[in-house]
Amino acid sequence: MFDFLIAPFTEFAFMRRALAGCLALALGATPVGVFLLLRRMSLMGDAMSHAILPGAALGYLAFGLSLGAMTVGGIVAGLVVVFAAGLVTRASVLKEDASLAAFYLLSLAAGVMIVSLRGRNLDLLHVLFGSVLALDDASLLLIAGIASVTLLSLAVLFRPLVMECFDPAFLRGVSRWSPVAHYGFLMLVVVNLVSGFHALGTLMAVGIMILPSAAARLWAKGLPMLLLLAVLFAFGSGIAGLLFSFHADVPAGPAIVLMCGLVYFASLIAAPGGLLAGRLPVRHHLES
Amino acid sequence: MHAAAPMVVLDNLTLGYDRHPAVHHLSAEIPAGSLLAVIGPNGAGKSTLLKGIAGELRPIGGRIVLSALPAAGVAYMPQRGEIDHSFPVSVFDVVAMGLWHEIGAFGGLSRRQRARVGEALGAVGLAGFEARPIGSLSGGQLQRARFARLMLQDAPLILLDEPFAAIDSRTVDDLVALILGWHREGRTILTVVHDLEQVRRHFPHALLLSREPVAYGPTAAVLTPELLGRARRLSEAFDEDAPECHIETPLEPSLAGGTEAHAPPVQPSHKHGDGHVHHHH
Repeated sequence: MFDFLIAPFTEFAFMRRALAGCLALALGATPVGVFLLLRRMSLMGDAMSHAILPGAALGYLAFGLSLGAMTVGGIVAGLVVVFAAGLVTRASVLKEDASLAAFYLLSLAAGVMIVSLRGRNLDLLHVLFGSVLALDDASLLLIAGIASVTLLSLAVLFRPLVMECFDPAFLRGVSRWSPVAHYGFLMLVVVNLVSGFHALGTLMAVGIMILPSAAARLWAKGLPMLLLLAVLFAFGSGIAGLLFSFHADVPAGPAIVLMCGLVYFASLIAAPGGLLAGRLPVRHHLES
Repeated sequence: MHAAAPMVVLDNLTLGYDRHPAVHHLSAEIPAGSLLAVIGPNGAGKSTLLKGIAGELRPIGGRIVLSALPAAGVAYMPQRGEIDHSFPVSVFDVVAMGLWHEIGAFGGLSRRQRARVGEALGAVGLAGFEARPIGSLSGGQLQRARFARLMLQDAPLILLDEPFAAIDSRTVDDLVALILGWHREGRTILTVVHDLEQVRRHFPHALLLSREPVAYGPTAAVLTPELLGRARRLSEAFDEDAPECHIETPLEPSLAGGTEAHAPPVQPSHKHGDGHVHHHH
């Protein structure tokens, strides 16, 4: 048991680094995912993750596999898409999903073309699937830094953000926080996707945001419990995924996301908000 | 009460969407402490007027002056809020949002403020509902919760857009009682109402709109068959390709104030079709 569960982490430094990376992602990216879910923007996270690609690819094209260049490139590309889509949404008849789809599709096409201009398929795989088992100090610091900034920002934005999700018209009526909450949140989405893409790759980064959040939503009635559960699910899936990857010799990123999926399906079956809950016969109902 | 200073001054106000006016050349002074029913057919611009006063819509002509009002002095309750019922917040949390002007984004709730949230819930008949998720409330209960939140906003000017739509009669009676209580506290209240019987019973003043202002004054003088019929006829025509409107000054400089209802001439001196397009700057 010890050999199976603990030894991989005590014996191998890269596993410990991966574990720390997963903890940081669970603490930073997953709470952002909870709000994405609550704002009904789960698929938008996916779109955003594609939007980041050309920036990262441009950084890669100019400086090779440089952490800084790809990070800055990814964040800039993500922010450009977010703000351009926001501008189009407000100034034209297009709704947010349509304008975002337009920009992220363009961004993705540009990104794939840029990656293919130079570079071998192996590099493309790295961008798409990340390298959680090969995190160096700099990447780890970046991921941990982004997680810290995210937690602080969420603490500052918490009340306006909750009101912006729950009743945006009311927030607009009583304060000027609405755009701050909206765009501040979208910026958090972008930086966390970039942080997730170093570890899990652009395609997998959304997984650790949305799946644990969706699973937690099936259990929790209140927001604090929802956030706590989502973080626990994400970290637990991270540990399980790393072990699975270690023992079965499969890529870590997909393994972690698949573990998140396992938690999600289990919740779907067992949780009070899941598939079975409303269908079981009620033996004792309440008086009022 | 007309001796009081005006709380809301509408000065030749035109509000609209896409250059089509929804409120057209409306001039009125609404004194502080008024309890005013805004009435008219569907599409008459009632909601648009409230939106404009709340600052959600910029006038395409004329002005809205709220000189006597402190910051955060308007409490506006739109007809269809953008409330997300499935969001995991409790009734207490929702009602406490009304204290935003006191606690802002970061302040905590003092014991006194918590007690006030409880009192507001009690006043709307939702005592004991604090911990319930907002999604578990019925339509009427949700409206009561919105009223409780509005009470905590403690605003001198209150704008209610069809607060009684799809609400059962007992709840309506309770909500009307709350509104009358706010009126006694001296607050200025504009309410969009459809039930004319209710207007006759509870609202001292009425503003009848049909994109054009039709009448403004004491309720009995506004709710006449003649004026109501005129409002209905006016609302029927709405022309996509309407010609431009060239009125630059209000027809009736002082629609407000008097004891009699004023009915501005509907057809002014120049040819003035219904639902025309504007070129105000």
